[in-house]
Amino acid sequence: MNERQPIIRIQNVTKVFNRTVKAVNDVTLDVLEGEFFALLGPSGCGKTTLLRMIAGMENPTSGRIYVDGNNMEGVKPNHRPVNMVFQSYAVFPHMTVAKNVAYGLKVTGVAKEEIARRVPEALALVKLDSFEHRLPHQLSGGQQQRVALARALVKKPKVLLLDEPLSALDAKLREAMQIELVNLQKTVGITFIIVTHSQSEALSVADRIAVMKDGGVQQIAGPHELYEAPNCHFVADFIGKINQLQAQVVGVEGRRLVADIDGVGQAVIPFDKTATGHVSLAIRPEKLRLTLEEPHNDCIKIKSRVVNVVYFGGTSQVFLENENGIQLTADIRNKESATATSIIIGNEMWVSWKAAETLVLTH
Amino acid sequence: MQKARPTPLEYTRKRWFQLVMILNFIFLYFPIISLMAFSFNNSRRNITWRGFTFKYYVKAFYNESLFDAFLNSLIVASISTIVATTLGAMLGLALYRFRFPAKNAFDGWIHLPIIIPEICMGVAMLAFFSRLDIPLGLFTITVSHIAFSLPFVAVVVRARMAGFDHSLEEAARDLGANQWQTFKDVTLPYMVPGIVAGALLALTLSLDDFVITFFTSGPGSTTLPIKIFSMVRFSVTPEVNAASTVLIVITLTLTVVTMMIQSRSAKGKGLPL
Repeated sequence: MNERQPIIRIQNVTKVFNRTVKAVNDVTLDVLEGEFFALLGPSGCGKTTLLRMIAGMENPTSGRIYVDGNNMEGVKPNHRPVNMVFQSYAVFPHMTVAKNVAYGLKVTGVAKEEIARRVPEALALVKLDSFEHRLPHQLSGGQQQRVALARALVKKPKVLLLDEPLSALDAKLREAMQIELVNLQKTVGITFIIVTHSQSEALSVADRIAVMKDGGVQQIAGPHELYEAPNCHFVADFIGKINQLQAQVVGVEGRRLVADIDGVGQAVIPFDKTATGHVSLAIRPEKLRLTLEEPHNDCIKIKSRVVNVVYFGGTSQVFLENENGIQLTADIRNKESATATSIIIGNEMWVSWKAAETLVLTH
Repeated sequence: MQKARPTPLEYTRKRWFQLVMILNFIFLYFPIISLMAFSFNNSRRNITWRGFTFKYYVKAFYNESLFDAFLNSLIVASISTIVATTLGAMLGLALYRFRFPAKNAFDGWIHLPIIIPEICMGVAMLAFFSRLDIPLGLFTITVSHIAFSLPFVAVVVRARMAGFDHSLEEAARDLGANQWQTFKDVTLPYMVPGIVAGALLALTLSLDDFVITFFTSGPGSTTLPIKIFSMVRFSVTPEVNAASTVLIVITLTLTVVTMMIQSRSAKGKGLPL
């Protein structure tokens, strides 16, 4: 058993809006204490609804939510040991920064001396020490976000919920805030649950990620596993870019799968599960190698024509197509690739990858 | 080179355009300004200018029935404003907040006092009070003033709430506030500019209402506009001008304050409570 206890247990939670719309469909998951957990998915997948149910803003239609071992059924949001950072920040416009941060303590009857001690601490944590007396309209979006963070953290919640906290910030600031969030989480040691639609954001901040689609959880795993071993088409496609090839299973021999790839031919792939009929083979663009001569080592190789090249500075994206119309995308590091200069639109080249790096997706 | 067409703002620099504007302003404001000017006229017949004086203000002040009417106006206006603002603010908030059956019908319905002719409302009020055998007086005036100014407050408060971010309330709840604390600390402060603007509107409407008051006032309960009207029927003395000027100045001040508050709240600054 894991030594870390689940701080949040979600058991078979379903949420139906207007009697017909299933926003969240039978979700079961645990979030461990001290973990940075991400709910990731496209818009409308139910991730925000799930977060709002943890906070108590919505009630589950069925199923149970436990926070720190306590059933949250019927517990009002103001009595839950969780706090939330809203997408719109929701900083009180008529209160100064210090009053915003103090509000959650004041309404719950914390002594004045303690408020006076904890508010500056929280502001220091988010680097807003000198902004105490400013009003929200005098702050930038990023600073308002920090106020919202401090306001939630000052309550010392068991879990901090973040609803798309970075979506309104510009790209540079967003990246800086991602790093800062991770550091902040390590400093305070509180469990963070972040909702995001950005796979890169989830990969860079979270310890574990739940990928959601149409109200259900597709896969829960660490960033590395999600990227390297997605369990379905959707996750493979949603996390990063991926090439997918359709194939028919010819047979499984011991720990190897023989497949007939449509428009390419037979390939042998290391595989330790069972599969029959139709599968799809997926390969990450950066794992593809491009060479002028046919590679002789044991790998899957396809002769293709370069259709387009997009230059990104450090890397280039190469679009390829073989004689049967099978399309592949390769990411090539410009510095390393000796053949980079020969990647010219219209050239015939060999695309190859190690058979072991192929992902076999059965559903 | 072809002569460029003037842009909309450039029209204001054209001579003929400025002339039209000046004529418009004269048409609109000359009667009011001359009325105010002649309140300082040192002449009883008030046709030709005979020199400057404050005499008629003093005289109006010592005119007991005129002063009583002024007091009546203040009493009616303050009570109706307080009641109409309270009810109107609650109505505006409810219309913003809740969904209920026949909400759209109800929504149109509360606008009725704004759009129906005042004379109809006055007659209806009179019929209503006489049917219930309620003697006409300050009470009936106040009740009808509440009835017609309440929708104005509701509309203003509701418009203010349209820009309210609902997650502010959720944030307060999340931080541990109960429903009452959330309303008091978060929702109400946001409503205040709307409430103040609505209250000033209600006050202005009540102070210079003539038609509805005319139908619902009884003996001994005349308000300032009614009193001025009855004085004019005998002769237009500078005293009438002085009383009217006082009414105009009060109304104008209230209107300017309302507009200032509204432009302030439009900038999102709100008012500290």
